[in-house]
Amino acid sequence: MKTKNVMIVGVGGQGSLLASKLLGYLLLSQGYDVKVSEVHGMSQRGGSVVTYVRYGEQVYSPVIDRGEADFIVSFEVLEAARWMPYLKEGGVIVTNTQQIDPMPVITGAAEYPADLVKKMKDLGVKVDALDCLKLAEEAGSSKAVNIVLLGRLSHYFDIPEEAWDEALAAVVPARFLEMNRKAFTLGKNYREE
Amino acid sequence: MGNENRRLLLGNAAVARGLYEAGVCFISSYPGTPSTEITEEAAKYDEIYCEWAPNEKVAMEAAFGASLAGRRSFCGQKHVGLNVAADPLYTMSYTGVNAGMVIGVADDAGMHSSQNEQDSRHHAIAAKVPMLEPSDSAEALQFAKLAYEISETFDTPVLLKMCTRVAHSQSVVPIGERTVPVKEYEKNIAKYVMMPGNAKKRHPFVEERTKKLTEYAENCPLNRVEMGGTDLGIITCSTSYQYVKEVFGDKVSVLKLGMTNPLPVQLVRDFASRVKNLVVVEELDPIIENHVKALGIPVHGKDLLPMIDEFSQNLIAEKIGKSGLLPAELVPVVPETDQLSEPIPARPPVMCAGCPHRGLFYTLKKNKCTVLGDIGCYTLGAVAPLSTIEMTLCMGASIGAVHGFNKVMGSESEGKTVAVIGDSTFMHSGMTGLANVAYNQSNSTIIILDNSITGMTGHQQNPTTGYNIKGDPAGKIDLEALCRAMGFERVRVVDPYDLSQCDEVLKEELAVPAPSVIISRRPCALLKYVKHKPALTVDTDKCIGCKSCMRIGCPAISMKSGSDGKLKASVDPTLCVGCGVCQQLCPKDALKGGLA
Repeated sequence: MKTKNVMIVGVGGQGSLLASKLLGYLLLSQGYDVKVSEVHGMSQRGGSVVTYVRYGEQVYSPVIDRGEADFIVSFEVLEAARWMPYLKEGGVIVTNTQQIDPMPVITGAAEYPADLVKKMKDLGVKVDALDCLKLAEEAGSSKAVNIVLLGRLSHYFDIPEEAWDEALAAVVPARFLEMNRKAFTLGKNYREE
Repeated sequence: MGNENRRLLLGNAAVARGLYEAGVCFISSYPGTPSTEITEEAAKYDEIYCEWAPNEKVAMEAAFGASLAGRRSFCGQKHVGLNVAADPLYTMSYTGVNAGMVIGVADDAGMHSSQNEQDSRHHAIAAKVPMLEPSDSAEALQFAKLAYEISETFDTPVLLKMCTRVAHSQSVVPIGERTVPVKEYEKNIAKYVMMPGNAKKRHPFVEERTKKLTEYAENCPLNRVEMGGTDLGIITCSTSYQYVKEVFGDKVSVLKLGMTNPLPVQLVRDFASRVKNLVVVEELDPIIENHVKALGIPVHGKDLLPMIDEFSQNLIAEKIGKSGLLPAELVPVVPETDQLSEPIPARPPVMCAGCPHRGLFYTLKKNKCTVLGDIGCYTLGAVAPLSTIEMTLCMGASIGAVHGFNKVMGSESEGKTVAVIGDSTFMHSGMTGLANVAYNQSNSTIIILDNSITGMTGHQQNPTTGYNIKGDPAGKIDLEALCRAMGFERVRVVDPYDLSQCDEVLKEELAVPAPSVIISRRPCALLKYVKHKPALTVDTDKCIGCKSCMRIGCPAISMKSGSDGKLKASVDPTLCVGCGVCQQLCPKDALKGGLA
């Protein structure tokens, strides 16, 4: 099979490393060759962060380039728009609708663009947008935004639910497992209103 | 993770596993992105003694001592750290080793977390030591192990070069068992005492060793030819190999070099003779390319590909695609994609909410100080709206430079120019700069930003924290006593959350015509043991929207339209840690909670 590409984008500190860890575990368990590329250090301090997850028969490059992503999983709307050019034709953006102002917006040097989800859809991009913070809180913790997003992503994958659950159990602490399971299911079963 | 013998490992964790399997007993390193996790992961193996040293030079000397004593050893650092350790490195090339010694160095093409984009391969060439460059995690493990064989066989320290993409990518790694080879220590003055008479005899050994290593490079398992289509031959190394394979698969032929110093001669000649056109694909400097050119072989490289930033598959596809070196049917397609027509605001890194550096930088800005900075999270003090730091060069340079600055400017700069340096950076190479200020007596004020941890690289302990790499109690250096012992009579301590105290003490120390030290002490707000106060709230009846609280650049504060349509301050409760610094700026007492 051709290598598949999933980008996870967000704001430093939002929990994208756990999401990539879960995907890495899951895809390895399905027998794929897997590469996951992260960025550490300076850019983690509230900056724009991106993680690349690639899987297939044999994966070479650890990074995903413009026009290559099958999925962009985004923790924040502006970040989805920033990385949209990395989506391949026919790819899907799964995004949290949360908005976090970057410093140039806070200081008034720039404006946070309005209606980003609509603008992306108007370009013909498939955008699956959901309020993950609300669903995470419904599951029991605002920190489960990452698992809600993965639950939503799972909806597009042909991988058995038990495998996702096993990966979830492998990467989240046991005492939070039930809450995260709930978050995963809420994301997976979300229907646009 | 994964099944028992096949794991998905970060490149740096794979190096650590390789060190474990190679029987390494001693590791001394200084943290630096993207090298830090090698030592952190190795510290998880109880069989390996691991430590954070105050700087890379000390780490390398400690690792050398362990090798001399007969145990395999390692030290790790980022590219600029190797500059600090270059002094022992260049002479260790002459002494050679006893037990195997490997030096990990991680370059940062693209400068994700660095102040320059230097290419460490120059150090390998200049120091005349072998360098291995893995291209993924599996190679990181294999090469780390093989490096010890090379080290002991050829009597040399070996450089193991990582880069951000190899260090911070996870890929599948088969793992093995640990075996621990041990050597006896033997007194050998001619080999290990590098005074001129002995060093003169060792230099011919170094040149002879390079010849032997070049012969080794011709047939070693580190370098390999992957023949494919012969219209184009590509010589490549490190992560660039992965991009080349991604783009071309077996449509081109590849000479993949795992050992980039010394470089093979015959292997390159033979490969060149089997392909129509030859291109070197290497990030940063044209080192392999110049080697090929020196052999008189026609080759392309930096005429097609950039010398700056990291590569990617699209970049290689595009640049080589339009070079005219490939027949039309082999020219790769680079996808074209849409983007939104309006600009997307940048999201640069910022000081965290509750960062103790913020209050101190606000005070420096308010007093219109000229601030010479250093390497750490606090370098973000150069970013708007604080925009306070005016110079950042390398570890420790703030103190070195403030001395020279004040010496030549005299009364023009004295009394308003300060150095700011973190606790870990001060231990790394600030102390010697401070000795210069104390000794040659410039009227300088040095501010040590003591947040009780090495912050930027992800919370490593250091000699001032009282804990070691495993989190166990360790020696603790008393900064006040140290500065006094160096001859500073004026050593003050302030709490950076207390703006009036910071202002008062700063004004006093700038006014005194003598060298002085201010220690701004408050632990990093991200440390687990730091208890946060409840988030502040805004009394929108009192807030007049004056934006005074916005002057500190806290990511938790923004201006939002209130019910009356006027802009009011708004505090994000998920980010605010209740530090209370913004409260002290509000003229209307509109921010509630926190310190007040």
